[in-house]
Amino acid sequence: MLKKTPLNAVHKAARARMVDFGGWEMPVQYRGVIEEHLAVRHAAGLFDVSHMGEIKVSGPEALAFIQELTTNDASSLENGQVQYSALCYPHGGVVDDVTLYRFDAEHYLFCVNAANTDKDFAWMEEVLADGDFSGVLLHNVSDDFAQLALQGPAAEAILSRLTDRALTDIGYYRFHEGLVVGVPTIISRTGYTGEDGFELYFAPDSAEEVWKNLMDVGAEDGLVPVGLGARDTLRLEMKYALYGHELSNEITPLEAGLGWITKLDKPSFVGREALLKMKAAGVPRRLVGFAMTEPGIPRADYPVFVDGRQVGVVTSGTMSPSLRHGIGLALVETACAGIGTLLQIGIRSRKVGARIEKTPFVKK
Amino acid sequence: MEFPDELKYTEEHEWVLVEDGVVSVGITDFAQDSLGDVVFVELPEVGTVLEVGKPFGVVESVKAVSDVYAPVSGEVIEINEELQDMPELINTSPYEDGWMLKIKLADNVELEDLMDADDYQNFVEEEE
Repeated sequence: MLKKTPLNAVHKAARARMVDFGGWEMPVQYRGVIEEHLAVRHAAGLFDVSHMGEIKVSGPEALAFIQELTTNDASSLENGQVQYSALCYPHGGVVDDVTLYRFDAEHYLFCVNAANTDKDFAWMEEVLADGDFSGVLLHNVSDDFAQLALQGPAAEAILSRLTDRALTDIGYYRFHEGLVVGVPTIISRTGYTGEDGFELYFAPDSAEEVWKNLMDVGAEDGLVPVGLGARDTLRLEMKYALYGHELSNEITPLEAGLGWITKLDKPSFVGREALLKMKAAGVPRRLVGFAMTEPGIPRADYPVFVDGRQVGVVTSGTMSPSLRHGIGLALVETACAGIGTLLQIGIRSRKVGARIEKTPFVKK
Repeated sequence: MEFPDELKYTEEHEWVLVEDGVVSVGITDFAQDSLGDVVFVELPEVGTVLEVGKPFGVVESVKAVSDVYAPVSGEVIEINEELQDMPELINTSPYEDGWMLKIKLADNVELEDLMDADDYQNFVEEEE
């Protein structure tokens, strides 16, 4: 039995194509992936991301616990700030990539990947039990939140019509708590598209009301509902990692290009020893972005060759709606990871030309 | 959704048009609608001999790769070169500008296994 978000009926009424995504029945597209993608790049799009998980951490030693649990340095966070981070296993593989919200010194919220929520929560309990953190409480509050992502250059103008909050005061990766159409909401200037925009967290029973109001007031700016299909192509154009593709138990954050959220100078965190060792020995593989130089569309698991020798594997690929040619991400041997390196992608029985490019693919 | 009467159809959602022993092939309106935006088409070379029921090429949407199967056996005598630059013709005109290839029919008997428009429409409605 697939799980449903509080907007399931709204999507079906809008004739969205629904798919099973990590155990959730989610809209993959409404009018079409390309149209929805371009709307987000040039106007605005509204995504139902209520499947995402939320886990609350509270208590006097919440920060100490989070510092041990995550790779990034949460001590630098101020109240009302968001941080992109990762949870690692002791061997350096990734449990999940997450965003961390700091409300105050004793109250934090993790937003985690839907399919990983139960695994993450169990892992957090394990790390908590192994350490010496007094009075830290963990709550899986995923069922308490609907989540919408309003993304695109018109996002701020649209949202401003439904809230008294001065949105210009909310900086990138900052959040405020305020009312949106009268509904108490966490208004977070974050997203997964590379565009300006917001992620909104609020009670599930208000989901239809918030969704419909946003769609109504956004119509004049070209706001459209956007499914998971365009969510994937948008993040790919930005080289944002997707768990299960660029990140996994078998891939470390150093390999995935997430060294910038891996603070090895922190005194301790789960996975630090293994990651220090990997860094000292030389990171064996790197995540690169590549563009096809010949006709063809790369897909996950296609082999990557240099001069006929396999040097890696595609982790994600698509036709870029913005660039109108094939793009992809691949984990390749570090010696072959330089920008400009000519690759061949094994597409069915052919080897098709590609080149490692600077990322993001789309300049913002 | 359109199901032109003059065409015959397969369970894999290809259509064929038979004219003087030459069979034009494409994918149906239902197929293109299910796929979404078609962004790449891979076709066999002219001269390739196809065997009924075997994949002859692929149609790729943004999200997925789908095989296309030969509705009849025979030699490929023409392919739609326009699909290389304009794969979206499959979405905008699945039965006309979005045709994929023409096959010189090897055996008339194979046509008897194909559905007519009414049967195919029923087949699609059951699948939905």
